[in-house]
Amino acid sequence: MPKDSGIGASSKRREDIRFLTGRGVYTDDITLHGELHAVMVRSTVANGKIVSVGTARAETMPGVQAVFTGADFAAVGGNPAGWLINSRDGTPMREPKRPVLAHGKVRHVGDAYAAVVANTYEQARDAAQAISDDTVIEELPAIVNMAAAVANPANRVHDEIPDNVCYDWGWIEDNRAKVDAAIKSAPHVTTLELVNNRLVPNAMEPRASIGEYFPGTGDYKLTTTSQNPHLTRLLVAAFVLGIPENKLTVVAPDVGGGFGSKIYHYGEEALVLAAAKKLHRPVRWTAERSESFLSDAHGRDHETKIELASDLEGNFIAIRTTTLANVGAYLSNFSTVTPTFLHGTLMAGPYKVPNVYVNVKTVFTNTAPVDAYRGAGRPEATYSIERVVDKMCRELNLDPFEVRRKNFLTTDMFPYTTPVGLVYDTGNYQATLEKAVQLADVAGFEKRAAASRAKGRLRGMGLSTWIEACGIAPSHLVGILGARVGLYDAATVRVNATGNLSVMVGAHSHGQGHETVFAQIVSSKLGVPESSVEIVHGDTSKIPFGMGSYGSRSLAVCGVAMDKALDKIIAKGKKIAAHMLEAAEGDITFADGKFSVAGTDKAKTFGEIAFSAYVPHNYPLETLEPGLEETAFYDPANFTYPAGAYICEVEVDPDTGRVEVASFTCADDFGNVMNPMIVEGQVHGGVGQGIGQALLENAHYDENGQLLTGSYMDYAMPRADDVPFYTVDHSCSTPCTHNPLGVKGCGEAGAIGSPPAVVNAVIDALHRAGHKIDHIDMPVSPSRVWSAMNA
Amino acid sequence: MTKVTMTVNGKSVSAETEGRTLLSAFLREGLGLTGTHIGCDTSQCGACVVHVDGKAVKSCSVFAQDVAGASVKTIEGMANADGSLGVIQQAFQDHHGLQCGFCTPGMVMSAAALLAENSKPSEADVRHYLEGNICRCTGYHNIVKAVMAASGQDVSALAAE
Ligand code: FES
Ligand code: FES
Repeated sequence: MPKDSGIGASSKRREDIRFLTGRGVYTDDITLHGELHAVMVRSTVANGKIVSVGTARAETMPGVQAVFTGADFAAVGGNPAGWLINSRDGTPMREPKRPVLAHGKVRHVGDAYAAVVANTYEQARDAAQAISDDTVIEELPAIVNMAAAVANPANRVHDEIPDNVCYDWGWIEDNRAKVDAAIKSAPHVTTLELVNNRLVPNAMEPRASIGEYFPGTGDYKLTTTSQNPHLTRLLVAAFVLGIPENKLTVVAPDVGGGFGSKIYHYGEEALVLAAAKKLHRPVRWTAERSESFLSDAHGRDHETKIELASDLEGNFIAIRTTTLANVGAYLSNFSTVTPTFLHGTLMAGPYKVPNVYVNVKTVFTNTAPVDAYRGAGRPEATYSIERVVDKMCRELNLDPFEVRRKNFLTTDMFPYTTPVGLVYDTGNYQATLEKAVQLADVAGFEKRAAASRAKGRLRGMGLSTWIEACGIAPSHLVGILGARVGLYDAATVRVNATGNLSVMVGAHSHGQGHETVFAQIVSSKLGVPESSVEIVHGDTSKIPFGMGSYGSRSLAVCGVAMDKALDKIIAKGKKIAAHMLEAAEGDITFADGKFSVAGTDKAKTFGEIAFSAYVPHNYPLETLEPGLEETAFYDPANFTYPAGAYICEVEVDPDTGRVEVASFTCADDFGNVMNPMIVEGQVHGGVGQGIGQALLENAHYDENGQLLTGSYMDYAMPRADDVPFYTVDHSCSTPCTHNPLGVKGCGEAGAIGSPPAVVNAVIDALHRAGHKIDHIDMPVSPSRVWSAMNA
Repeated sequence: MTKVTMTVNGKSVSAETEGRTLLSAFLREGLGLTGTHIGCDTSQCGACVVHVDGKAVKSCSVFAQDVAGASVKTIEGMANADGSLGVIQQAFQDHHGLQCGFCTPGMVMSAAALLAENSKPSEADVRHYLEGNICRCTGYHNIVKAVMAASGQDVSALAAE
């Protein structure tokens, strides 16, 4: 029987009511008394020396209140990288300053070098155009291609960085020689060069920020589209503007999707705060979609050579990769860890592969910054491995299902230390694979292929067995690896006198349904109705602290913090109950919302205990404080390791090269599942994005650094008729061993596991039809497929 | 500035407009109806879809002055008279057809227009009709399911979950 409330129930989402009736409050929906409008002035060239910024005419235009340029922020700090990566030779990465507004040089199309604040949006826009027209920028050669960027020291994105390399990272460097030797002596080596295409995250709500300054107290408030308001507060306060942290409140109200792009602090947030301070009026800014394309952090953009060494039966011996990773013009907050520790540490996959070595050179180019996008590094690793395994199977004439079975870690091997430094705590990769095989009806493939042939289509099947590390992360570990922050999370559970609860969580919900799921957990744990629990998030003045939502960490880290705070509530409740029931504390049990004296029918309800805590007339005041509110911080002991098996079937139209996804099957192990409906929705969304990456999406810069795919007319977003219904299963669950909820995280799985399944299916379809095509880079567009078939 | 009057969600309303004021701006800024969202600047995302005289229209692609006198319906006008969710809205909640909610108003308005034209759309009909509405969160699975369910079709067997 499906449950109807609490943990494990598909509780309907409470937040839906406001979203379905138009009553959500997103940043741009907020109007403030006396507000002014900011418009950014952005570079139209990829690389250029700013000769002069023409502000004079704009300053006199109607409605203009202030004009800002890079010079206004030259004396304040910059937007920092959150993670220090050292190169193979031990030298620290190169960290150019990322100013609020570009100063001296512009480094990508869309790089903001000035801003106008005016009474109306239209006035600000007109003045911004005037600045753009009156500004002199001497265009320099654009550095777009990564290989050329590294090879040609004459052209520099940052004058102080001669080869445009941020770092040259090896993982694990000490194993390099051993891996080289293993590959050299292996019976077979499969080599594949591939591109992990650059993507634009495209949360449907464009970024927006409102700055306020309260001259009476010196307080600032930033309302912004953020996945992690506390991190934004820290960055703005401590690194960029130098505002005391306790003078800045950051609120992220309803946020319309993030997918990574709203983790980071952006210059516009600092700009609206500085402008509000200067003008003593609220200042708002909302991106147009064209600005989002040019200035949101993009994702992926790796060029990789991967080698897989094996014996002739397909037993893996070694994996070695060499990657150029594009970081764009500046270091966005997580940009340095994404291609390194979020990528290289996953390069063993779910397999027994004794030797692995990963080399990543991260390169500056005159393009928008690149950072974590749904999956962040792990899709790149999974794609490389699963594509090269597929190629190996073909070279050695082996069955791709059998090769996975043969190389999977087995359940008796956990905890398992990988050759790339992770400790997988638990898993059952065989179970998810067999489940996917059954759900996808692999046995019936030939029949479906014949039916496709009969209508002139080429059918293929592709498999991907993926693993990820999420729930970032143990702070002591990431600290050793270069993180400049801790990655715990926090929650406060406040039981009100009347027995209902306000629960303040550090995780931020921008589509994930935390208001519903977190309430389910509280309800189950305390035996109170879900409806009596209010989840509060997204406001630094209300919640204790938090590192926000990304990396599938909300439940596995913040959910566990909340669980621990609930434990403290129960522990205090027992003390109160012992006093009221005149029993020893050790004799009090708590179940189904009741504190009872074991072995008797003496009991107090949760509500009675809460009331007593606030009206402490019969209360152990000598030994216990009144009130019932507890906070917990939780720093996980390890990452969590969701894993699964995805099977995709495609039909290729040989006349046009168009690929249609005929079916997509997911069998995932997310550990314990709190709300199946929401978990399935997360997988659907991730797979939709993965199919988009595999078949449709590409952020393409031309050789001058102009983004050719800068709108929905040119950037192919997946639409309803580009995708099928998905078959999704999460029944093969091995609960996480190191958090009390047994949860692993499901937010990124779909986007990680799906691209290689799609591409493997296309290659399979082509091979079955006699086209010996080893690889087509993503997006596997009709023109690429047709060209490969007709080469 | 020109005063424009129209009927929005059954009420006669007026606001001052410039020639360039879009219907979307008229609704959001003039009337405070912020349920209609702006997701793009090229009339492609569909977050801003409203009904003008019963037809689905991208409100970012129409000038307010051009629809003076028209009857406009927005997401704020879709609930039942007692405030409970309308059939399509309820189906979206029941089938988890929304996550961040940003595309949702446009999706619901497009779905309503589809169902007015085609009371029992097939999966292909729904997918085709919603081509002009982009959702980044749901992978469309539950949106298509919700729209079919709202038309009274049994969706329990549409895809294994
Ligand atoms: S805002 Fe109207 S279609 Fe995007
Ligand atoms: S629910 Fe977020 S864009 Fe559709």
